Amino acid sequence: MTASTIAIPPARRPRGNGRLPWGSPATYFGALVVIGLMLAPIGYIIIGGFRTNAQITADPSGLPSPWAIGNYSEVLASTTFWGEVANSTVAAVVTTVGVVALGLMASYVLARYRFRARGLLYATFAAGLMFPMTVAITPLYLVVRNLGLTNSLAGIILPQIAFALPATIIILVPFLRAIPDELEEAASIDGCSRLGFFWRMVVPLAMPGVITVGILAFIASWNSYMLPLFILNHEASYTLPLGVQAFASQYSVDTAKVLAFTSLSMIPALIFFSIFERRIVGGLTGAVKG
Amino acid sequence: MNVRTSTPATQRGALADGVRVGDESSPTPRRVAAPAPSVARRGRPDWRKAFEIALLVGPALVVFLGFVIFPVVMAGYYGFFSWKGYGPPTDFVGLQNYVTILQDPTFHEALWHNAVIVVMSLVLQGPLALLLALLLNRPMRGQSVIRVLIFVPYVLAEVVVGTGWSLMLQSNGAVNGLLEKIGLGALAQDWLSNPDLAIWTLMGIITWKYIGFAVILFLAGLQGIPQELTEAAQIDGASYWQIQRRITLPLLGPTLRIWAFLSIIGSLQLFDLVYIIWGQYIASTAGTSTMATYMVANGRNAGNFGYGNAVAVVLFIISLIVALIYQRYVLRRDTAGALTERSER
Repeated sequence: MTASTIAIPPARRPRGNGRLPWGSPATYFGALVVIGLMLAPIGYIIIGGFRTNAQITADPSGLPSPWAIGNYSEVLASTTFWGEVANSTVAAVVTTVGVVALGLMASYVLARYRFRARGLLYATFAAGLMFPMTVAITPLYLVVRNLGLTNSLAGIILPQIAFALPATIIILVPFLRAIPDELEEAASIDGCSRLGFFWRMVVPLAMPGVITVGILAFIASWNSYMLPLFILNHEASYTLPLGVQAFASQYSVDTAKVLAFTSLSMIPALIFFSIFERRIVGGLTGAVKG
Repeated sequence: MNVRTSTPATQRGALADGVRVGDESSPTPRRVAAPAPSVARRGRPDWRKAFEIALLVGPALVVFLGFVIFPVVMAGYYGFFSWKGYGPPTDFVGLQNYVTILQDPTFHEALWHNAVIVVMSLVLQGPLALLLALLLNRPMRGQSVIRVLIFVPYVLAEVVVGTGWSLMLQSNGAVNGLLEKIGLGALAQDWLSNPDLAIWTLMGIITWKYIGFAVILFLAGLQGIPQELTEAAQIDGASYWQIQRRITLPLLGPTLRIWAFLSIIGSLQLFDLVYIIWGQYIASTAGTSTMATYMVANGRNAGNFGYGNAVAVVLFIISLIVALIYQRYVLRRDTAGALTERSER
């Protein structure tokens, strides 16, 4: 993962040997200062977890001396932490699968079937963009409660899928529309039904869009705070964001341990981001532009 | 729901045509999947097509209507009741909830904070992100890594950001410690609970967290500006800043306007960071409460679900009005093409 292999968004390369020139020192200095400001707080959280409370009290902004791994090992040994990791993972994975499956199916119809209510249907889904979860959260809680889904992961997964659908459909429909009609004709001459065409051709061809949509859904679910706050009230059903907050208030005097817990909880998101950064950054810009 | 009501009509129309197509004995009359989609789909009594549409759209539509549209509609309904959330709402109070909201000084404060956050987000993040995007758009080695690193705070959970910053900003926290260390101890502040300062602290955190998104967006916009324009200007003797001022900035207009729109809507709905750092009670005394934190504190947490729903409706209407005004007067040029293209398809 070196500088020359990542391009986000595909940077304009000067003609020639394809390597970018070195910028001026002033440019690098400016960039370095900005990156320092962006990463210093994250570094503080991670490094702070390696200190003891006595060290933090004596010098809040110092470096660990000696490095103490007790905080991290205690958090890693706790079943609460792993339970919350499991809850967050299940919620994020199921949400992602659900968003992709439902979104792809609906987008396929909206992109490639001709029927009278298509415009209305598209407008209905697109209207969902106007209703952020903040507006609907109170009645949404009541709906989930009436379904008996409070304190269960299904209670956050279903609303998350629903609220991710509008953006998903808006991203995917142009994608599916771009698949040439000739391809569908060829497939149908070879005896492929429309549903068969969906499975055999559309799903593989739509993969880039699907990955973008899936990543956005996964990160939104992983970081989601307001919905779990309303729906999940038992510690056993907490996802990581609720867990971090509960831990921070429970151990409010044990700053070092809170820092360790917080930094461990962001590691999965950071790993996920470093694997998919190109897609995430590209997907966000594409989603907004498109 | 829409599928059900619409398909019979389509089929009735299609039925008459279907007979005719069958009589013409096309080479593959029995094939269910139409060979030439655009032509033949119209001309068949296509129960199968209706079934496919229902099968494919049905699940998404049910989930979407059930968990997005239904709650939003119910928010409007519950807002007219004084209701604790148990049993069906019976205590109809008309517009009383709305009158209370609009007369509540606490809500006025929250509204004012939202307004400050909207304006300051634009004023702080816009120019800063533009400068950063211009800086990172200069061809240089390592730019991709730099772009990714600037984006990292945006990907972190609000809870992580909020917890981390609230520990660092405590009066005996790392920020004050660092200030003392470098000899600026006089600048040490009670960042979080001083009511004159807290909203600026919040603005700092918001800028830190969300500026990466603006930078990436602007960079994408900059990539779309043809290089020939800047090259031509260079040949004509324009300086770097003249080029940015006269060519880049105007051409970046659509990107800037879309970003501003997203930023405004996000600022109006702001909840997570405030609620995590200041909690429901301290937010109003520290001067950082927003409409959304007001809604949660006075609605669900107080057990007044009718009132909470009314606040949600007010929040929605304010956002909608702002969005419509913005669309009408600022985004009109940008979306005109996109909307007409969409409707004609």
